Amino acid sequence: MNGYNFAYLDEQTKRMIRRGLLKAVAIPGYQVPFGGREMPMPYGWGTGGMQLTASILGQHDVLKVIDQGADDTTNAVSIRAFFERVADVETTTRATDASVIQTRHRIPETPLVQGQIMVFQVPIPEPLRFIEPSETETRLMHALEEYGVMHVKLYEDIARHGHIATTYAYPVKVDGRYVTDPSPIPKFDNPKLHMCEALMLFGAGREKRLYAIPPYTRVESLDFEDHPFEVQRWEAPCALCGSQESFLDEVITDDAGGRMFVCSDTDYCRQHSEEVA
Amino acid sequence: MYVAVKGGEQAIGNAHRWLADRRRGEREQAELSVPQVQGQLRLAVDRVMAEASLYDPELAALAFKQASGDLIEAVFLLRAYRTTLPRLAESVPLDTALMRIERRISAAYKDIPGGQVLGPTYDYTHRLLDFMQLADGEVPAPERAEAVRAACPQILELLDAEGLMEREQDDGSEPFDITRDPPDFPVDRATRLQMLARGDEGYLLALGYSTQRGYGRNHPFAGEIRQGYVDVEIVVDECDEPVCIGEIALSECQMINQFGGTREAAPQFTRGYGLAFGHNERKTMAMALMDRALRAEELGEPIIGPAQQAEFVLAHADSVEASGFVSHLKLPHYVDFQSELELLRRLRREHAATQPADNPMPASPEAQSS
Repeated sequence: MNGYNFAYLDEQTKRMIRRGLLKAVAIPGYQVPFGGREMPMPYGWGTGGMQLTASILGQHDVLKVIDQGADDTTNAVSIRAFFERVADVETTTRATDASVIQTRHRIPETPLVQGQIMVFQVPIPEPLRFIEPSETETRLMHALEEYGVMHVKLYEDIARHGHIATTYAYPVKVDGRYVTDPSPIPKFDNPKLHMCEALMLFGAGREKRLYAIPPYTRVESLDFEDHPFEVQRWEAPCALCGSQESFLDEVITDDAGGRMFVCSDTDYCRQHSEEVA
Repeated sequence: MYVAVKGGEQAIGNAHRWLADRRRGEREQAELSVPQVQGQLRLAVDRVMAEASLYDPELAALAFKQASGDLIEAVFLLRAYRTTLPRLAESVPLDTALMRIERRISAAYKDIPGGQVLGPTYDYTHRLLDFMQLADGEVPAPERAEAVRAACPQILELLDAEGLMEREQDDGSEPFDITRDPPDFPVDRATRLQMLARGDEGYLLALGYSTQRGYGRNHPFAGEIRQGYVDVEIVVDECDEPVCIGEIALSECQMINQFGGTREAAPQFTRGYGLAFGHNERKTMAMALMDRALRAEELGEPIIGPAQQAEFVLAHADSVEASGFVSHLKLPHYVDFQSELELLRRLRREHAATQPADNPMPASPEAQSS
């Protein structure tokens, strides 16, 4: 696009971000501060993910953008259109065709493969933030691997509700070292992080932090021996494709309490319908 | 039958066209021009420049027009443009003592060298709606002095001579740049001042006000407030002297605050400092209050008010960050909400199972009244 560099950011900024990404890959799960820039979209709408995507995107990449698992939610449409405009890259809605997938709140149901890169949009990168609001303190807690408070929080959930009451942005431990926020994906998606073939990058624009889970890294969701981590299950299959494996969105169909459940991953749902048909 | 949300692209396009139509307004009225905004709504333009940290009155006026007068949106537009600009040079530190004064007042001294100059201020206007402005009418030009005003000394420097005022000296260190690197808490004063300078005026005003009402009170005096024009100079390799590349309008506020002293240090006055592009007096006063409040730790004062907590104050001061994160709540959260729904239903099922079968329904409001 006229007047702007390829993929919007200037090359110096991209290099700065890539240096941060190299550090992030070298220390899995560690939050690397980076000189986040303003993007022409609001903070909180994916500016961190967009800066990472802009920094790694090459002319031959194929980009997929999803929000809530869907390619056609308004913000996914907007971000995809942005990169079509400023980088002129090929875009797709098929997870298998994409080399870079930027996402908000979901990991595709279709297993990711070696060579693919997932870019997560992250609102609050600090998993300890809601226990300890000060950044100075949480940095120290990470350095000392002082994660007892997180287990106390999960224990208090169990004592109060009989369950761990965290259903999304469920904290994980990466490579046995850093407790990390997997971004607000449902805990249903947490197992997909473990030993994933793809490189997973996380960008928080407003908080100016990035981090990574390299391919084939151990990722454990925090739990207790007598309260093992478990994921959500639905009683009915997807009303459109019949899948019993996917994360389902509830859709209200009328004003008399009628509702149906459909796949949140629209690409997976379409493919699965085609296979069944 | 449910159809997955399609047509987002078309909806966005339509929304943008409708927005443009609303911005233009009734077509019988002449369109507002950018020079009109720049010339006649200059306080809005100045605020946009200050919080966007870009001195460009024309582009700030454009942003204001494009944002239909939404100042936070205009700040965001200009900020997003600023971040794409190359860094060509760094100026030598501005010398506000050499300011060409338009306004300069001190609440600490009655008569000051160089004099008190009210300048174009709303301060002593009676806030009565001027219905004459509904009709068109020419405004007569103000009377002007013949002579150009000489540079005025900074009032706080006069207190220096007696040692009553804490000294502040340039240690020559390279300041941290919050637009290039992420601030790393705790941050030094230069970094804090940068963050305050682009902080939202309303936010700083409210927090500064809270210190006056007792949440971290430290009685301030407006030592000096000045507005006017300052030369911007850069060092060029071929020249011995710095070269002036233009001038910018600035507002500066220096607050004088008490300080009790310690065993080592005698009691003296301390400073709170505020600086902003353009005519931004309220902002610089609020900033100066906040600068001083945030020095509590450095000066060994007890931290008792929110305005004294640096990480709290600074991490939430930026209107672009704040409005972005608040407005992101408008984005779909179907997946997270679904996860919560599932948990809540399960908890309620389990709760119901623990209740005795003949548990009566909650009493009606009538039965409850006593």
